[in-house]
Amino acid sequence: MSNFQAFDFRTKFGSRYFPSPVFTASGCAGSGKELSQFFNLDELGAVVTKSISVKPRSGRATPRMAETPSGMLNSIGLQGPGIDQFLEIDIPWLQSKGARVIVSISGETVEEYASLARKLRGVSSLHGIEVNISCPNVENRGLVFACDPSASRAVLEAVRRNIGGDYPIIAKLSPDVTDIVAIAREVISAGADGLALINTVLGMVIDIDAKRPKLAGVTGGLSGPAIRPIAVRAIYQVHKALPQIPILGMGGVASGRDALEMIFAGASGVSVGTATFGNPTAVIKVKQELQEELKARGFNSLVDAIGVAHA
Amino acid sequence: MNINPKAIQASVEVLSNKKVGAYNHMVFAVGDMAVHARPGNFVAIAVGGPSSSMILRRAFAIYRASNRGAYGGTIELVVAAHGSGSKWLSERSVHEKVDMVAPLGTAFGIPTEPVNALLIGGGYGSAPLFGLAEILKSRGCRVDMILGASTAGKIYAPLEGKRSVNIMTLTTEDGSAGEKGRVTDVMEKIIERSQVELIYSCGPMPMLAAVNEVAERSQIIHQCAVEESMACGIGVCMTCVIPMRDESGVIKMQRSCIEGPVVDGARVVFGSDRRIPEGTWGAPQ
Repeated sequence: MSNFQAFDFRTKFGSRYFPSPVFTASGCAGSGKELSQFFNLDELGAVVTKSISVKPRSGRATPRMAETPSGMLNSIGLQGPGIDQFLEIDIPWLQSKGARVIVSISGETVEEYASLARKLRGVSSLHGIEVNISCPNVENRGLVFACDPSASRAVLEAVRRNIGGDYPIIAKLSPDVTDIVAIAREVISAGADGLALINTVLGMVIDIDAKRPKLAGVTGGLSGPAIRPIAVRAIYQVHKALPQIPILGMGGVASGRDALEMIFAGASGVSVGTATFGNPTAVIKVKQELQEELKARGFNSLVDAIGVAHA
Repeated sequence: MNINPKAIQASVEVLSNKKVGAYNHMVFAVGDMAVHARPGNFVAIAVGGPSSSMILRRAFAIYRASNRGAYGGTIELVVAAHGSGSKWLSERSVHEKVDMVAPLGTAFGIPTEPVNALLIGGGYGSAPLFGLAEILKSRGCRVDMILGASTAGKIYAPLEGKRSVNIMTLTTEDGSAGEKGRVTDVMEKIIERSQVELIYSCGPMPMLAAVNEVAERSQIIHQCAVEESMACGIGVCMTCVIPMRDESGVIKMQRSCIEGPVVDGARVVFGSDRRIPEGTWGAPQ
């Protein structure tokens, strides 16, 4: 190429800049110590942590997993140590490795989200907070805030009120709704700076030999390349309605071309989730390939490529 | 400190692939990956090729690992072609390459003093026990082995593996080889005969549970290699958890890929399929 201008891979969510737009997806990078054997965590745009709760959670019983064509169902149920241990051990370790950290939080009530936000308020070195209001692996579908506009609004208002002014907030939405744009408008007007699209799609597999649901939790969240077109659709719809709002795209990204599809649909960054299960270095592969794909199409910056499919 | 600090990801070549009874014995040229591989460790392999719809890695216990030889480091596996992923792997020809991550997980603990050891394997679960037997034998241990399966063809007991074993006992549920019955039917007799001081086991979870019960009754330390469906093998997916007691006795859902596969049998809360045991840390209220 004749163009010697340096390629600008930076992206922005809320008030924070990131040197690369490729992040891990919540719940798909362990504590960081599992992947840091295979690459340096500071090579990532950011590490998005697993969703943290107020108290320790055992998660659901096993079997928790079923592979499906180009996808998998998981039924983890937000297993984790709770926010206190997480702040004491996990966050300092990640930051000692130079990782930019976005903490994902999950609560069962609006008050729990508020309490998590209060605990994170003082941790100024974080690059943002992902408010997971869309985990499908809860016992009561009524608890999936992201399926209801007013419940979504209540959570985001509580988080914004408790965490303060310019702390970047990304709301993670579910594709299992009739009108995702309506939910997106609610959470943005309630104080979210950006959106994470999409969480897993509620699914189910029957074990035909045992004549019962394969997963102990009966239903699970479908992820992997099988859901990528759903994610691209959600990103496209929301970007069209809210073109100024940064979107973190996710759902089956396994290559640079997959990531590019989401960028063109309107995402400002992408998260790599399930692909990491099949390949520990998938996030790095996507990062390298995305940069190559953009350059090959004559882009000098990531920002120039965001949403071009709408033109 | 990283988790799995010895693990390497590499494209490795198939050196040999031979059908042995119901299984395939496969040898891979792995270079330095073999250096730190210990009996009990496992490998995680990507299956199906670049356009595969099988997106998750498959885990296989290491049968043998060697640092020296004409091809440098090698890792050997015993593959049972149960599902579409393991079937794909078993169909790889010599010189083809597969993406492997290894060594992963915990290894069998080796006693510092010579002891009388009993190794119990179910089906192809016998695979990691032969490398273990070799090491135990070289440390002056007495090594007895029980291998069980539903039928004779499903017992994996290669000739070279048997060299390190003092007495081998076979059991089959249909009586087609060895004694008719299960491994636990002959276990107590052998414990008494050989004054067994340490038990190692590898096989399906119900077998491990039954072996653990006998071990506890006989007050013998029991190390077992557990299994639960896993998506990644490296500790990120949280699907392969098993309820296990930690050092202070608290039951926690712990990853069998990192805390295991080899764990102290006394720590495992067996029979917990499809439920969270009462009192588990963070259990739903």
